[in-house]
Amino acid sequence: MFKNKKLAASGVDTTEHAVAEPDRDQPWKELGLKEDEYLEIKNILGRRPTSSELAMYSVMWSEHCSYKSSKIYLRQFGEKVTDQMKEHLMVGMGENAGVVDIGEGLAVTFKVESHNHPSYIEPFQGAATGVGGIVRDILSMGARPIAVMDQLRFGAPENPDTSRVVHGVVDGISFYGNCLGLPNIGGETVFDSVYQGNPLVNALSIGAMKHEDLQLAKASNPGDLVILFGARTGADGIGGVSILASETFESTGPTKRPAVQVGDPFAEKVLIECCLELFHAGVVAGIQDLGGAGISCATSELASNGGKGMKVQLQNVLLRDQSLTPEEILMSESQERMCAVVPKKQLKAFEKIVEKWEVEYSVLGEVIDEDRLYINWGHEEIVNVPPRTVAHDGPVYDRPVALPQYQKALNDDSSSSLKRAENATELAAQLMQLIATPNQADKSWITAQYDKYVMGNTALSMPDDSGMVRISEETGLGVALATDANGKYAYLNPYEGARLALAEAYRNVAVTGAVPRAVTNCLNFGSPENPEVMWQFKEATAGLADACLELGIPVTGGNVSFYNQSGDVAIYPTPVVGVLGVIDDVARRIPSGWQDDGNNIYLLGNTFDELDGSAWAKDLHDHLGGQPPKVDLAKEIELAELLHGASIQGLIESAHDISEGGLGIAVLEAALRFNVGARIWLGEMLERDAIDMTAALFSESQSRVIVTVGREDDVKFQALCEARGVPCLRIGVTDATSSMVEIKDVADLKLDDIRSGWVNTLPELFS
Amino acid sequence: MPKIIVEIMPKQDLLDPQGKAVANALQRSGNKEISAVRIGKRIELHFDRPITDKDMENASAQASSFLSNDVIEDVVAITKED
Amino acid sequence: MKIGVITYPGTLDDRDAQRAIRLAGGTPVSLWHADDDLKKVDAVVLPGGFSYGDYLRCGAIAAQAPATKEVIKLAAQGLPVLGICNGFQILVESHLLPGGLIRNEKQHFVCRDQKLRVENNNTAWTSLFEENEEILIPLKNGEGGYIATDETLKMLEAENRIAFRYLDTNPNGSMNDIAGLTNERGNVVGLMPHPEHAVEPGFGPDTDIAMRSGVDGLKFFQSVLKMAVNS
Repeated sequence: MFKNKKLAASGVDTTEHAVAEPDRDQPWKELGLKEDEYLEIKNILGRRPTSSELAMYSVMWSEHCSYKSSKIYLRQFGEKVTDQMKEHLMVGMGENAGVVDIGEGLAVTFKVESHNHPSYIEPFQGAATGVGGIVRDILSMGARPIAVMDQLRFGAPENPDTSRVVHGVVDGISFYGNCLGLPNIGGETVFDSVYQGNPLVNALSIGAMKHEDLQLAKASNPGDLVILFGARTGADGIGGVSILASETFESTGPTKRPAVQVGDPFAEKVLIECCLELFHAGVVAGIQDLGGAGISCATSELASNGGKGMKVQLQNVLLRDQSLTPEEILMSESQERMCAVVPKKQLKAFEKIVEKWEVEYSVLGEVIDEDRLYINWGHEEIVNVPPRTVAHDGPVYDRPVALPQYQKALNDDSSSSLKRAENATELAAQLMQLIATPNQADKSWITAQYDKYVMGNTALSMPDDSGMVRISEETGLGVALATDANGKYAYLNPYEGARLALAEAYRNVAVTGAVPRAVTNCLNFGSPENPEVMWQFKEATAGLADACLELGIPVTGGNVSFYNQSGDVAIYPTPVVGVLGVIDDVARRIPSGWQDDGNNIYLLGNTFDELDGSAWAKDLHDHLGGQPPKVDLAKEIELAELLHGASIQGLIESAHDISEGGLGIAVLEAALRFNVGARIWLGEMLERDAIDMTAALFSESQSRVIVTVGREDDVKFQALCEARGVPCLRIGVTDATSSMVEIKDVADLKLDDIRSGWVNTLPELFS
Repeated sequence: MPKIIVEIMPKQDLLDPQGKAVANALQRSGNKEISAVRIGKRIELHFDRPITDKDMENASAQASSFLSNDVIEDVVAITKED
Repeated sequence: MKIGVITYPGTLDDRDAQRAIRLAGGTPVSLWHADDDLKKVDAVVLPGGFSYGDYLRCGAIAAQAPATKEVIKLAAQGLPVLGICNGFQILVESHLLPGGLIRNEKQHFVCRDQKLRVENNNTAWTSLFEENEEILIPLKNGEGGYIATDETLKMLEAENRIAFRYLDTNPNGSMNDIAGLTNERGNVVGLMPHPEHAVEPGFGPDTDIAMRSGVDGLKFFQSVLKMAVNS
């Protein structure tokens, strides 16, 4: 009786209550837990969890935070690795972001993440907070964020809902990224009806630092203070958790708690400057950013990583909404917050810096010498758990896997059944049609909304093949980044599709003159509860891991996004792969189009009749079937080494990767880059590779690049190709006096005509 | 809670691109009878004690010197609320 | 010669402005918004960014900062001041330059390489340009639309106080295609485009000669340095 009275008075579920009322009904199902998981929690704790503990476990053990369906496959990225691959790796997977040594005592940290579902619900805030979240991950490694990129996949262009999502997402990225002062240096935008109800918004960020600046997310010294700073905690993103509010003594009813997080980039910009000053002053022993699962995640991870424990006074959290319950505070996903571990003797120094930047902070508690996380609400204990069980030892699933029923028929349905152009007029018409389709068209309508100049270190950005930023102003040392994915290829063959994405990103880094060094990935798939999707995931991760091993570059970190499906219809498996490369001097960088007159245009690599999964097949004939192009990674390595060697000798004026759309599109893009015409002839190519003109123009065979070389360097360049065994064929010459791209036996196309189709597509759809 | 409400509107004869964009959107969605839209700001100044005349004077001064830019905006109302 | 660059919470292009000063041959001095000590600099740059998140109005809160108040004081005595983008907004909010700056006509942030005409080359920051010289300077903003009363516009035109005008395209609906202004004395200049992003070969706007080779912005900083040497 007495105990019940106490309950009524405080309304908070404590560990004491949990022992006293072991049989209380708890909404573990509504919070997304399975029965066996709930029982496991009881087993771990030796009692039922309090509602705060239940909230913590439910979010930390969710797919998004625990990677429970993907863990067994992601292990490959850490296992299929040689010592040589780890040579430059300072921090691998498992931390907030991977860190790579780039030389001269400098390091770069980078990662790509998804924010897909929120971007469908609230495109502006979803995309904005996606940028905010990845930038904080980079910041928490001790680096100054220096650039962002984004990979966007929207539904069918003519569908009115697509416009809603496109506007919101682009505005959101523009709003947040520009206000942070981070140049947007590249990315991709793809339209396909398969993403209609499940747009993909992946955001990447890079940061730079000196080796000694590295910070880690661990609390390992008992006595150190745990301090929450940045924005105040509010009700952002806790939709589901407010079920718990109705469990206490309030009347049931609809809650006003939003499921969406709202971002303030100004707060994050101030936080960045404040954190960097804290790091450089040496007052911080560990740092964690607050992302998914907010305080629950930050406290349990810091404790677990440090191998120690923590004691937290939750009522010390600064709130912007005084009505929040302890469960809600623990789960809040309010943005722009960080959690620092600060030795007591550094507290004054810490306070001086945060006060200078007018950043609010509160001491939540301290690190203790016990493998336990205690959270109190006033005098009442509401959480008492082993931190490892929350943060790292979550459930691990080995979900059923099954070859999709449609797979064989899909693979048998090759594009060879499609009718090809019968004459030059038809070929020309198809080429002009293809360059104006939304997937091939100019993306300036989007990219002009992003700042590419801020920080003054952007050496390359869109539309070039990779983004490149200078890291050292003294020496010109820089990094290049390219991200690629092809959902169509992965749908036809997930193993090959992942390999192809890696190959393309690798090649895009190589064409700018940089040397590929490390990999990040964002794996966007349907529901893991669907065995066919799980098969796609299994194949794709194996394909990527095997390919990384072959190319000799390691995965340093990444993200998995499951449940991208509406009803039974999943998106194409869309593994986005990002490759980071290093260049000793950004002055050497190579643009993707030609500017000089009278330079020879060379095609490197062989072309096969590979139209399955191509833009020609899908966007001109609405056909998707067969097998994706084959990729020979040994050839990609040779090609990359050739490009590097030629670039060191200054032989290459421009280089453009041939990818979606094929050679025809690549040639037009290269001409449009600086509006300089060319004369192209493909006769020798048709003969040497035994293909027809449709294949020549539209095949998506791999390991191919078009390169322009100054007249004086022709002989040297050709000799280099021969020595390295890279097929090299002269297919044309640039002509700065001509306003045309003349393709022999196809058409003489006016640059203005090509441009007007190419440049107007997106504005007409979305302006 | 005592407060002073300051209402600010863009100057009549100057361009209000936000208002124009909103008007266009309203008309596009069928509200053709709305001929124009102008968007301003409502600022609340909160106090811990009852509001005095001096508070109102001060609020007025702040309103015209800082809370609004008198080149492009007008303070259209300052009211007291208990 | 020492040129101060003020950092407000939310300022973004201060490091770029410092680099531009260095490349022009000057010594950049970092100034903090809350400090009214301008460290005896010979000129001041108010850089671009989103000071105070553009809260209330762009530049409104920054205009109240101690450092800004000191700049206003010294500007009246002839101190050369350059306001870039958000800095221009701060100058307008401080009433060192007339008019107002509002949301772009097309409602979107736009980043583009903008052609400008230098219409007043008698200011502290434009003396190295030819009169009516056409230059290419990166532009990036969402609230760059210049507005003013008819009376103010007439005065500005009559007194040749329009320092720069947009050519080819008006990117934000600014009245009379005004991209930047100067005060009566010619020591205070404000403009929306960013000269500090066109000072280093390889990192500026594309030109017909080579990718990212545009450095038209350098003369802004060289002009003020020349002035100091001569004075």
